[in-house]
Amino acid sequence: MAGMVQKDIKRLSLYLLFAPFALWIALLIVLPHLGMFYISLREKVGPRVYEFGFENYTNFFLEPIYWNTLLRTGSMSLLVTALALVLGFPIAYYIAKIAGNRTRGALFLMCLIPLWVSDLIRAFGWILLLRETGVVSSSLQWAGMIDTPIEFLYNDAAVIMGLVYTVILFMIVPLVSTLDGMDKSMIEAGYNLGGNGPTVLRRIIIPYAMPGIVAGCIVVFMLTAGSYLTPILLGGKNSSWFTEQIYDQFITRYNWESGAAFGFLLLAFTSFVVWAGLKLSGQTLNSTVANN
Amino acid sequence: MTTNTVFLTSYRLYVLAFFIFLAAPLVAAGVFAFNDSLFPALPWRGFTLDWFFSDTEPKLGMFHDRRLLRGLYYSFVIASFVSLLSVFVGTCNAFLFVRCNFPAKNFFYIMMVLPLVIPGVILGISILLLASTVANGVEETLALELDFLRPGIILVVLGQFSFITTITSLVIIARLRKFDESMEEAAFNLGASRPRVLRTITLPFLFPAMAAGGIVAFLVSFENFNTTLFLVGSEAPLTITMYDRMVKVGSTPVLNAVSFFLMIGSALLALISIFVQRDTPET
Repeated sequence: MAGMVQKDIKRLSLYLLFAPFALWIALLIVLPHLGMFYISLREKVGPRVYEFGFENYTNFFLEPIYWNTLLRTGSMSLLVTALALVLGFPIAYYIAKIAGNRTRGALFLMCLIPLWVSDLIRAFGWILLLRETGVVSSSLQWAGMIDTPIEFLYNDAAVIMGLVYTVILFMIVPLVSTLDGMDKSMIEAGYNLGGNGPTVLRRIIIPYAMPGIVAGCIVVFMLTAGSYLTPILLGGKNSSWFTEQIYDQFITRYNWESGAAFGFLLLAFTSFVVWAGLKLSGQTLNSTVANN
Repeated sequence: MTTNTVFLTSYRLYVLAFFIFLAAPLVAAGVFAFNDSLFPALPWRGFTLDWFFSDTEPKLGMFHDRRLLRGLYYSFVIASFVSLLSVFVGTCNAFLFVRCNFPAKNFFYIMMVLPLVIPGVILGISILLLASTVANGVEETLALELDFLRPGIILVVLGQFSFITTITSLVIIARLRKFDESMEEAAFNLGASRPRVLRTITLPFLFPAMAAGGIVAFLVSFENFNTTLFLVGSEAPLTITMYDRMVKVGSTPVLNAVSFFLMIGSALLALISIFVQRDTPET
C-alpha cells in the first residue's frame, strides 16, 4: 500500500517537473521553428492570398547574392573557428597545465571578463581603436610611422578579428576543462618514450583534448555564423553577413515568407556543418557540448 | 636547455599579448568616458565626470539622459523577469534530469541543450513569427486583440528566456549531481516529510547554484542584442537604445560612460556569483 503511494508520488512529481520543461521547449523552441518552416513554404500570390510552394527557397538559389552571402558567412565562420582554436589552444594549455595554482584561477577569470560585457560594448571598443580617427591610427601618426590617418575598420580582416575576439572564450573554457583532467604524467611518459614536443602534442595532448576541441568548435561556429552586431559594426556596409540578409528581409522589406526561408536555410546550413564536424571527428553531441 | 627557456619566455609573451588583446577594446570603451572632449578619441583633453553627471547639452551626462535611463530601467525589468523565470524552470529541469527516469531521457536532454546553439537571430524571428501569426489569427477570427503577442517586453522576456534557461539548467544540474542522496535518506529516516526535506536540505544545498545561475541569467539578458532586436516594441532595453544612438548620432562619449557603468556593474555581479558559489563547504 505504502509502495503504491510512493509510486504515485513519484509519477506525479515526474509530471509536475516535466510540465515546465515541456512548455518551454514546445512553445518557445519547437513550435516557433515549425511555424517558421510552415511560413517559409508560403508564397504570396495576392493580398492575404497564399499558396504552398518552394518559391522562397528557389529564389534563394536563383539569386547569387543570397547564396554567395551564405557561403561567405559559412567560410568566414570556419576561418574564425580555426583561428580561435589555434590562438586559444596555447592559452588554454597554459592555464590548465603551466600556470601555477594561484595564477591559474586569476587567468581563467580574466579570460571570462569579456563574456560579461555586451557584444555592443566590445564592438564599440574596437571601433574606437580602429577607425580613421581612432587610437591605433592616431598613435601611429604620433609615432611618425604614418603620415595620414588610416581606416582599419570596414574590411574583412576587422570583421574576422572582431569575431575571433568575441568567441574565443567559448573555445578556451571547454579546452581548459578537458585539459584540466589530463594527468601530467601522460605528457612526461610521452617525453620519456623519446617523443619531442610536436609529437607529444599531436599524439597525446590533442587526442586527449578532442572532446573539448569539438565542443569549442561547435559553439564557436554557431555563435559566429549567427552573429549580427560584430559583422555589421566592424564590417560596415559591405560586411554582407547572412543574418543581415535575414534582418533585411524581415524588417526592411517586410517579406516574412522569404525571411523565414532564409532563417531556416541558415539553421539547416549550420546544423549540417556541425553534424559533418561531429561525424569527421567521431564525437557525439552528448559527449561534447552537453558535457560542459 | 636554453632553447627551452627561450620557448617558455616567448610562450609567456604570447599569453601576455593575448590578455592585452582581450583588454584593449574594453579599456578603450571605458577610458574615453573620462576624456573632456566631444569625441571619444585621442588626444586626451583632461579628466572629467561630465559624461556621467552633467545636465546640459552638448555634454549631457548619462544620468540625465532620459532615453538612456529609460533603457536602463527596461533592461533591469526584463533581466529580473528572465532571471527569476529561468532559475525556476532550470531548477525543475535539474530535478527532472538528475532524479527522474523516463523514456527518451537522452533525447530530451539534447533538446534542453539545443537552444544554446541556435543562433539568437533565428530564435528571435521564429518566436516573432509564431506570436504574430497567432495574434493575427485570433484578431481575424475572434476580433480579439492580444497585445502581449505583439513585439514588446513580454516577447523580449520570452525570447531571452528561451535560451537562457539552458544556461541556468546546466549550472543547477551540475550542482545537483554533486548532491549526496544519503543526506536526504537520513532525513527521511528521522521522520521528515518530503516537502520538509526539500526545504531544509536539498534546496539550501542547491541555493548557491541557483543564485549563480540567476546572476548569469541577469547578465546575459542585460547584454543580449540579437534575439531582442526582433522582439522589441516601444520599450527598448539599453543595448537597443545604445545601438540606435550609435547608428543615428554616431559614437559620443556618453556611450563610453554607459559602457563603463555596465562593465563595473557586471564585474560586481560576476564577483558576487563567484563568491556565493565558493562560500559553501566543499562536500
